[in-house]
Amino acid sequence: MSKPVEVNDGNFDQTVLQSKTPVLVDFWAAWCGPCRMVAPVVEELAGEYKGKVTVAKLNVDENPKTASQYGIMSIPTLLIFKNGAPVSNIVGFRPKAELQRSLDAVL
Amino acid sequence: MATKQAYDVVIIGGGPAGLTAGIYAARARLKSLLIEKGAMGGWVINAGVVENYPGFPDGINGLELADAMQQQAVKFGLKMLTAEVTGLELKGERKTLKTSEGDIMARAVIVAGGSDRVKLGVPGEEEFTGRGVAYCAVCDGYFYRGVPVAVVGGGNAALNEALELTKFASKVTVIHRRDELRATKILQERAFAEPKIRFLWNTVVEAIEGEDTVKRLRLKNVQTGDKSTLDISGVFVTVGFKPNTGYLKNVVTLADDGTIITNEKMETDVPGIFAAGDIRSSSIRQVAAAVGDGAVAAIYAEHYLAGK
Repeated sequence: MSKPVEVNDGNFDQTVLQSKTPVLVDFWAAWCGPCRMVAPVVEELAGEYKGKVTVAKLNVDENPKTASQYGIMSIPTLLIFKNGAPVSNIVGFRPKAELQRSLDAVL
Repeated sequence: MATKQAYDVVIIGGGPAGLTAGIYAARARLKSLLIEKGAMGGWVINAGVVENYPGFPDGINGLELADAMQQQAVKFGLKMLTAEVTGLELKGERKTLKTSEGDIMARAVIVAGGSDRVKLGVPGEEEFTGRGVAYCAVCDGYFYRGVPVAVVGGGNAALNEALELTKFASKVTVIHRRDELRATKILQERAFAEPKIRFLWNTVVEAIEGEDTVKRLRLKNVQTGDKSTLDISGVFVTVGFKPNTGYLKNVVTLADDGTIITNEKMETDVPGIFAAGDIRSSSIRQVAAAVGDGAVAAIYAEHYLAGK
């Protein structure tokens, strides 16, 4: 059962930008209710897409550099990275079916 | 995956109304299912502090309150399904819910699907969502530290957002299309006393503009017709809610605003279909009321099932 990978300012380049497979990054923070709500869905996706998509989480409070680099101004925001660049930008809570569609679209 | 499942009672919506109905239904040992399309907890999860829910003299975090309600429901054995209800068909006593996970049959239904935000519907709103257009101050206030922001609306949500934003923003401008607020008096008192908050009355937003992120709003005074611009880095939209009753249009009688008409037993005009929470006409849109509605609906659903 796959769990999301914790990424931070330090390992973002290697884990996300250099990844050969697409990476879904969940930008979240502890104070944000909807972020907590999207967390179990993101965990489920980590398991379902194991091997096809890497699912990662980045705490924006602890990693302001990466958060501001990608212009994150609203949480939760899910960015899907492919070949080192964001190809999909999902702002706010979305139901699982919608996230699956977004992931399937980049595979 | 089309499955046919049958329940005594199906509850649509996992906010305080639905969760309370679920607690009561489960404790009444009714075969029950709660269907939620998105996040459990309803709108209260966006509240940093809920001060007016009875039992918490020091207030309680909205997410914590919703979490506790959910845990309580699970404890009594309420089953939950993540799915979206797209239709409700009636065949005699039998209700068939059409959902994204297949058909589900129920003898009684409690509609507690709440409402969704109304957007401004102005140019720039979609484009700048997440880049200066925001809908949750508790979530996003952090990103607007030291910059001026605007809040659009005149009700409780608008003032709550404005007050929350004073923790971060340099200045908060509340833009309201009338010359008086409909928010609760205590919130008005706090807002008027807060030096960081100022009000633009009789004003509407006509467009949201910027480059990478929001830079300004185009405004219009609805009384004089005067146009103006307001330089801000963020705009929080809190102009109202619309009920999630699209799929119920020809099923139960709805009021003009789309809310569900019920009597004091939470009964709609269709036997066995009940409504609870924000989705009801005359709802006051409070957790305290939603919880009451949910309990009443569940008890009368139980009576209905027992043939009373």
